[in-house]
Amino acid sequence: MSAKVKRVGGGRLTVLIPYLWLAAFFLVPFVIVVKISLSQTAMALPPYTPVLDVLAGWDGVKQFAAQLSLDSYRLLGSDELYLNSYLKSLEVAGVSTALLMLIGYPLAYGIARCPRGLQPLLVMLVVLPFWTSFLIRVYAWINILQRDGLLNDVLMRLHLIDAPVAWLASDTAIYIGVVYSYLPFMVLPLYASLEKIDPSLIEAAADLGCPRWKSFWRVTFPLSWPGLAAGALLCFIPITGEFVIPDLLGGSRSLMIGQTLWTEFFSNRDWPAASAIAVALLALLLIPILVYERLQKCAIGEAP
Amino acid sequence: MQRTSAFNVVSVALGLAFLYLPIAILVIYSFNASRLVTVWGGWSLEWYRELLRDQAILDAAWMSLRIGALSATAATVLGTLAAVALTRAGRFRGRLLFSGMVYAPLVMPEVITGLSLLLLFVAANVDRGFWTVTAAHTTLTMCFVTVIVQSRLIGFDRSLEEAAMDLGCPPLRTFLTVTLPLILPAVAAGWMLAFSLSLDDLVIASFTTGPGATTLPIRIYSQVRLGVKPEINAICTIIVAVVALATIASSLIVKRGAVRRAREGLGVQV
Repeated sequence: MSAKVKRVGGGRLTVLIPYLWLAAFFLVPFVIVVKISLSQTAMALPPYTPVLDVLAGWDGVKQFAAQLSLDSYRLLGSDELYLNSYLKSLEVAGVSTALLMLIGYPLAYGIARCPRGLQPLLVMLVVLPFWTSFLIRVYAWINILQRDGLLNDVLMRLHLIDAPVAWLASDTAIYIGVVYSYLPFMVLPLYASLEKIDPSLIEAAADLGCPRWKSFWRVTFPLSWPGLAAGALLCFIPITGEFVIPDLLGGSRSLMIGQTLWTEFFSNRDWPAASAIAVALLALLLIPILVYERLQKCAIGEAP
Repeated sequence: MQRTSAFNVVSVALGLAFLYLPIAILVIYSFNASRLVTVWGGWSLEWYRELLRDQAILDAAWMSLRIGALSATAATVLGTLAAVALTRAGRFRGRLLFSGMVYAPLVMPEVITGLSLLLLFVAANVDRGFWTVTAAHTTLTMCFVTVIVQSRLIGFDRSLEEAAMDLGCPPLRTFLTVTLPLILPAVAAGWMLAFSLSLDDLVIASFTTGPGATTLPIRIYSQVRLGVKPEINAICTIIVAVVALATIASSLIVKRGAVRRAREGLGVQV
């Protein structure tokens, strides 16, 4: 760092302190996960071998390297349980992202077309539930969806159904919970891109005799594409690794990958398998994460 | 063209109803005198009284508040430093890795972050409990603080800092007397977000906690798995009320800051 240009916050410590913290609590743990995923289960605590013995010097490292194994990854490949939960996660994430787009788009569009003065309030109303606890929002749906819950009660009074329907412990419940919890993540980036669209473009289209639906489809929709992409990624990535929603609302027949990791770790105490699942999940998510990173950079680059 | 069509009004109304109805139902049923969920037994505060007698929930709430306050404070300091480093330090060695590490936890599935942190604490042979959860929450939430503070620093008139330094003010003092007061609303908003994320977190806390450090979400989760209980409705209502008040307060702070900045901006121009 050159001392010629003095900058506020240019000091070494400004960079060093957060850098070291993130290295210690984000990077190092990651290396450990990869290492343990290459280890074998052992009965003693911590339940895995080998442990890298740094004090033994080079011999320790060699011994360590010799004991590394791909067993956990072979397990992932051989047991259908793991493959199925990966596929299940992708399915839930894909379908919910599509549903979120369908529900989020009219909402974001409606907000962007409201009078200017009202928009910040509406945006805040969309964000506010995001600030309340995730757990509480999922729990609120248990109240509604359970067998003697409100939904069955209302539907029976309307004579739409004769007997209570088991909404909980089903994929429907997972989709309701996911869409409900992630809606702000879809609406905010969409609103941000819709709000930026110059209304004169649509006026121009109308002046040239373009019907409203067509100008939406040919002008507004293509211009909102970045927001839609950002929203989709912001939803898809965390939904894939979701644990709380499928655990509380879903059934036990097919698990999502986050639940499988949790069970492997807390119930089976198979740390290498849990770590291997984590590494494989991350590999799966790397592509959307890199795309997201690129988008983030573009967004920051655009800002003045 | 600011015409609001019926379709737009309906879609906004339906969207907001979808977002608020479940929470409203939860709040209403927390005042239900009947233990059965579908049966309305009239208004009552019974479940709140029950809550006050539930020592385990109260202990967990106190634990969560302490972890939240401490980790949010640490995360605000670290996150603000990281934001300053990213916007002001220019190029430095390992910048790419640094920005990667700042943004990655934002999108990383919680199960992975939780698992990796637990394995770190086991490898380092640390007793798990209050401090490990606090460190884990600090790591997670500092990234959110960075994003908020960074957006404020980017849209910031740098000539104010330059003017102070041209007049011989040392960098640290410039930061404390010029930069910090101007980004304070963002820093405060970052603290609020960090605090509420920490209060909310179940997965990472479950991985990194130890005996004697049960947080509120962990306690609620273990109760919810056994089924809906009116006491849980009550504690959830209290949390929702606290969060709503805090959010409104913080948005007012930010707004007041914006108004003041606008006034000061005019003053500078005049």
